[in-house]
Amino acid sequence: MGKKTTNSLDFTSGWAYAPAPEDTKHIQLKKQYDLFIDGKFVKPTKGKYFETVNPANEEVIASVAEADENDVNKAVKAARNAYQKVWGKMPGAERGKYIYRIARLMQERARELAVIESMDGGKPIRESRDIDIPLAANHFFYYAGWADKLNYAFPNRKPKALGVAGQIIPWNFPLLMAAWKIAPALACGNTVVLKPAETTPLTALKLAEIIQESGLPEGVVNIITGAGKTGATLVNHPDINKIAFTGSTDVGKIIQKAIAGTSKKSTLELGGKAANIVFDDAPIDQAVEGIINGIFFNQGHVCCAGSRLFIQENVADMVIQKLKDRMETLIVGNPLDKNTDIGAINSKAQLNTINNYLKIGKDEGAELYQSSCSIPKKGYFCRPTLFLNTSQSHRIVQEEIFGPVLTIQTFRTVEEVIEKANNIPYGLSAGVWTDKGSKIFNLTTKLRAGVVWANTYNKFDPTSPFGGYKESGFGREGGLHGLSAYLEF
Amino acid sequence: MNKIINIPDFTQTVTVDQVGVEERCARFATRSIKKEAKVQGLKMVLNMIDLTTLEGKDTEGKVKQMCYKATHLHDVLPGLPTTAAVCVYPSMVKTAKEALKGSHVKVASVATAFPSGQSSTEIKVADTRYAVDNGADEIDMVISRGEFLKGNYNFVFDEIALIKETCGKARLKVIFETGELSTLDNVRKASEIAMYAGADFIKTSTGKISPAATMPVTLVMLEAIRDFYYKTGIMVGMKPAGGISNAKTALHYLVMLKETLGASWLNNHWYRFGASSLANDVLMQIMKETTGVYQGVDYFSKD
Repeated sequence: MGKKTTNSLDFTSGWAYAPAPEDTKHIQLKKQYDLFIDGKFVKPTKGKYFETVNPANEEVIASVAEADENDVNKAVKAARNAYQKVWGKMPGAERGKYIYRIARLMQERARELAVIESMDGGKPIRESRDIDIPLAANHFFYYAGWADKLNYAFPNRKPKALGVAGQIIPWNFPLLMAAWKIAPALACGNTVVLKPAETTPLTALKLAEIIQESGLPEGVVNIITGAGKTGATLVNHPDINKIAFTGSTDVGKIIQKAIAGTSKKSTLELGGKAANIVFDDAPIDQAVEGIINGIFFNQGHVCCAGSRLFIQENVADMVIQKLKDRMETLIVGNPLDKNTDIGAINSKAQLNTINNYLKIGKDEGAELYQSSCSIPKKGYFCRPTLFLNTSQSHRIVQEEIFGPVLTIQTFRTVEEVIEKANNIPYGLSAGVWTDKGSKIFNLTTKLRAGVVWANTYNKFDPTSPFGGYKESGFGREGGLHGLSAYLEF
Repeated sequence: MNKIINIPDFTQTVTVDQVGVEERCARFATRSIKKEAKVQGLKMVLNMIDLTTLEGKDTEGKVKQMCYKATHLHDVLPGLPTTAAVCVYPSMVKTAKEALKGSHVKVASVATAFPSGQSSTEIKVADTRYAVDNGADEIDMVISRGEFLKGNYNFVFDEIALIKETCGKARLKVIFETGELSTLDNVRKASEIAMYAGADFIKTSTGKISPAATMPVTLVMLEAIRDFYYKTGIMVGMKPAGGISNAKTALHYLVMLKETLGASWLNNHWYRFGASSLANDVLMQIMKETTGVYQGVDYFSKD
């Protein structure tokens, strides 16, 4: 029987994995991308372009058109035209066929989409390959099936399309968010003007190519690129019937102000600061894995990330020790390497935001712990980080960091943890870890969060609605709820 | 080693969530092991194998042949390691010991009324003593699954402790036959009982029951070893056995080991594969990495 003086594990020496980069030869990217309006790629009126950068090596991948007011007008006009003349009149079964076709084409080009998603956004290829792209295609498949069954989805309520939907999506799940927005809108008979985020426009533009290839009638989906100003122009356009936005709470508030007093409908999916709660009777090793997935999935750029960990006091030391050991095994680096667990932070601006919060946390007196992994010299990277000894009053506990940073608090009783979990302006998601079913149901009724996961975390499915309470927004995406957001009755 | 270890209440072991375990295992299997990492991993696998023959029809001749194979895995390629051990029935220990004289390959013997364990404790002790007296370096015992499922944890504990005492210097591997324990919670419980009772290794299966070793079962056992180490500072070895017959699966098991227990366990003192046909598939992969082409099965000797 061997014996060592210290009971710590060694995850740094010994056998190491060789680099396993995903092949990039098969992808087709243009140097320059135009706006996708009325079924064609057209140059922006003012001829302005901006660059999109690979956050893992800071190299420019392509330049992308910046849409101004004229371009937005053109796109909305094309969408209105398509709605009135073609798409709004088309029988649901016919609409469904087009949506199925888009889904199948996405599957066929899944590899290419995954590589581009990782290049443009910095997320590890394991995630874009196994989660983002398959899930995006599944959303199209799922909503395609509803297109001719809306009367069965909402019996006796005479569902009708809204018209033209303006959709603005974030940079954390570029293609997946495009799918979440476009698929239900089309299934319900609406037409779309979509603006992807300025740091991650490429997969949406590849989707435009797929849409072109699918033969979808011209103008049904228009994809215009640009920054905040383009988005604001879209939101303020008078001929839009519905705004669907996913992004920061700050921008969500601006949008709500802008559309107040108009007849525009809206759904907003905003920030979050989810509580992930581990009880002493939880399956501890699986809970640790759930904590890791909850906060380090997609570099923590997840609105529903489990960024506030609450551990029952009597198991806290054990959970934290295991968490630290598990963090040592996370591989941070090239997003295109198949073994990478944590890729690049999406942009320099976001890296600065995260680093600023790391400083705030230290200044507030929280104890910082980072894994010992090496990170590449070039590109935007952040080590997986824990903050111990935090309290509800700390800014790092209250504010959404949107990075691989977890704050940890302990608790003694169920009442205490419910109060702390709810004591936050957000309410998007939460996680509960316990072996006891009754405890799970007690918490799901009391936690004010749109999604509560039990003994798992970050599970998404097209059939399941997703959305928040309080400052995390309103409206639901996914499932039947996601359909009703694009219908009037 | 005079440290006093408190024996926990085995009815209160930590729970295991099967869905979570399976997800974690699936993630190990997505690790891409290429080039030099692959060759290094495969050689490590060879060096961790307990080359096994446990059949009623085993003869001394067959055991001698297998012992030669254990020390000469594939002489075409110089620089290959030997296997860790050979694993035989008690009646073959003497033959194996003789055949392996001068090598570092250990002789492991199953004992305690293997594979069912359905006999009296006295006979199990005698069975173990017979193997040890014949020179076995390692004893692979089976637990009394019937008593375990009855909830008779103290009986199981005492039996393991008694066999451990009988082993003397021989290292004790405790086989749970996880295919008969039915739940991962039971696997976790059996792991703790065995480790606190003095097991040097915990082992999944006899190879006589299906399912034998699986990744989820092995992960639960590795996590139990980790918790035991955190609490006591004592390292315990792991041996998945049965059903691991190809190189790719074996590499997934190594990934799981590396990411659960770390580098200290990545050697044949703390980790073994119980297998009869795994070695040749690993050799085939190593030859492919060396020469660039796959060779047919008949280019690798079967003993």
